Amino acid sequence: MSMRIAVGKGSCGIAAGAQKVYDALAPLLSGTDIPLGTVGCIGMCWLEPIVDLYENDTLKARLVQVRPEDAQNIAEAAKTGDLSAVADRIITAEDSEFLTKQTRIALRNCGIIDPDSLESAKAAGGYTAITHILKDGVTPEAVIECIKVSGLAGRGGAGFPTWFKWNAARQSAGDEKYLICNADEGDPGAFMDRAVIESDPHTLIEGMLIGAYAIGAQEAIVYVRAEYPLAIKRLEHAIAEAKTAGYIGKNIMGTDFSCDFRIKAGAGAFVCGEETALIESLQGQRGMPRLKPPFPAAAGYWYKPSNINNVETYANVAWIINNGGEAFAAMGTEDSKGTKVFALTGKIKRGGLVEIPMGMTLRDVIFDIGGGIRDGKAFKAVQMGGPSGGCIPAELLDTVIDYKKLAATGAIMGSGGMVVMDESTCMVSMAKFFLDFTAKESCGKCVHCRIGTKRLQEILTRIVEGRGKEGDIELLEELCNAVRDGALCGLGQTAPNPVLSTLRYFRDEFEAHITDKRCPAHTCTDLLHYEIHADACKGCTACARKCPVSAISGSIKQPHVIDQSKCIKCGQCIATCKFGAITVE
Amino acid sequence: MQCQCQQQQSDLSLLAPVLKEYAAVPGSLITILQHAQEIYGYLPTDVIYHIAEQTGTTPARVMGVATFYTQFRFQPVGKYLIMLCDGTACHVNGSSRIAAAVQEYLHVENGGTTADGLFSFSIVACLGCCSLSPVMMINEDTYGSLTPAKVLDILKEIQAKEGAA
Repeated sequence: MSMRIAVGKGSCGIAAGAQKVYDALAPLLSGTDIPLGTVGCIGMCWLEPIVDLYENDTLKARLVQVRPEDAQNIAEAAKTGDLSAVADRIITAEDSEFLTKQTRIALRNCGIIDPDSLESAKAAGGYTAITHILKDGVTPEAVIECIKVSGLAGRGGAGFPTWFKWNAARQSAGDEKYLICNADEGDPGAFMDRAVIESDPHTLIEGMLIGAYAIGAQEAIVYVRAEYPLAIKRLEHAIAEAKTAGYIGKNIMGTDFSCDFRIKAGAGAFVCGEETALIESLQGQRGMPRLKPPFPAAAGYWYKPSNINNVETYANVAWIINNGGEAFAAMGTEDSKGTKVFALTGKIKRGGLVEIPMGMTLRDVIFDIGGGIRDGKAFKAVQMGGPSGGCIPAELLDTVIDYKKLAATGAIMGSGGMVVMDESTCMVSMAKFFLDFTAKESCGKCVHCRIGTKRLQEILTRIVEGRGKEGDIELLEELCNAVRDGALCGLGQTAPNPVLSTLRYFRDEFEAHITDKRCPAHTCTDLLHYEIHADACKGCTACARKCPVSAISGSIKQPHVIDQSKCIKCGQCIATCKFGAITVE
Repeated sequence: MQCQCQQQQSDLSLLAPVLKEYAAVPGSLITILQHAQEIYGYLPTDVIYHIAEQTGTTPARVMGVATFYTQFRFQPVGKYLIMLCDGTACHVNGSSRIAAAVQEYLHVENGGTTADGLFSFSIVACLGCCSLSPVMMINEDTYGSLTPAKVLDILKEIQAKEGAA
């Protein structure tokens, strides 16, 4: 019997306490023949920290929500093989289904291999695809053809066919070409790219090498958000290891193919997710989008032919080469092939990373895999595509996950953020939240985006503050259309989507705010009105003592009253009242 | 003409190795600024002038680039930089309550620094730890599933470690 222990240490795992668990285990295992290893993120974020026990390289037990105090029992279990002491930490069959219902390609090694070990990546099949291409003399054209057959489309959001971009960059004249990875994952609510880099950096490197070979690039650049320090650290380490092993550098595997790698840390600008803005930023400029055409395939980084894809796109490439384009295309729908990774978050029971074949329904993902809404509340909407996307309401839960079908709802596939909302989420306030974001992140280059998003934000602000006017909805619609049609880049063109999609499905909430000065979800504080019902109030004084601004008065055993002029609508009185005597409208 | 308000006397020699490596490499301005901020904690005006001079460009262009990106700061920050996430998931899960708790406890505004120079507070876009929302980072450590009580415990622990009140 040969046992080993692996602790999941992605950013989320570490935040949940995985490093402390690791540090508690380390001294207990030193001097034993049980190796203690690090793996990345398995994607079951709600169960972090997670510790896996392997016996002869087969998973024997997955322990979840582990605390440092459990270390002794875990070490014993690993030494003796007797799991009874850690039985209460073993994942339930129901929670395990979160993984078994998925199809993992981009995430295939995440949470399984050691991200800091090339050996570990190679044992899982790392670098076999690029080795096959170079050793067996597969031509760049054949690689592009394989990607074409697979139907792989850009996973960053736009869904543009990957082979087409590669082919265009290959066909562009010139010897100096660049391959760029967009890891500037800026959509709030999306973290799949971070997870892939932190958990399986070699899969990204291999995918990029294949891309570089296909288009004829000599340099590959990964543009990573500065907010992801761990991802940068692990990627730096992986690049160094791959370089030492001869996968990166001059004349790779004795062929004519040479490719260098480097990382460029972004400096915090959402617009740099737009490919031409990203290129400007790579060149040390303000990250403002360029006019297209020319597209980067013709004139990109330093105006040389360049190809840009995001992390998840590249993470699929080696698998496609190894398994054939047909195997990838066999999954999904007519329009959308393969799998897609989603970051399932918000008011969901089981939040984490989910990779599923295209063609599943939203209901499958949210209820079957994600376990539905937590705290027994009702599902209201799911937000997809971040600030460029929209909200999909409950009646459309059976929508199939597919680029065209999702676009028809007014949302988009996007990079994969799926933020689930329950009945306590105000949709007007959500629309305002996204416009606050885009107005702040607008680079200012074009008027429609710079001023249009600002005006949209102002109108939405006055609506949630109870100062909405008749005609505001029509004004919003008119302005949304103008911004969508007039903005220069994707940021501005899609910025109105959160407003348009909430207006489409939740127009009554806008009307309630504007006409009745009422927030149906009870979240817009300016529109709330707290009231104590004299017949139900026992005069226990609990609320009066809790009120932070002393707005509640009354004698003991007598009904209390709220002074509306003092009330700050914090809701603490409701939470305190045991008799249900306080209501909010 | 050099700005007359340059009272700062930053030790520019600290930046010499960075400039030696990157000053002549096209497109490296952001990288240089990132290193400079790591060295000085923020971007002092005299450092910006120095970078402009050494890279053969104007202070206005360096400033233009630096102000475009949220990462760059032009005021010194506290020893501990609190970055509270207000991404979609954190927002839906109540990050505003966490912000209120931090601001009330430390008497600090968004973007401000405490009087003792220990903490700076900044509300930021998504940190990518959405499943643990609400989330914050203090320097390079991430804290998840925050409640107002939990965040106060974390701050008090740091204060105790630093011997502050």
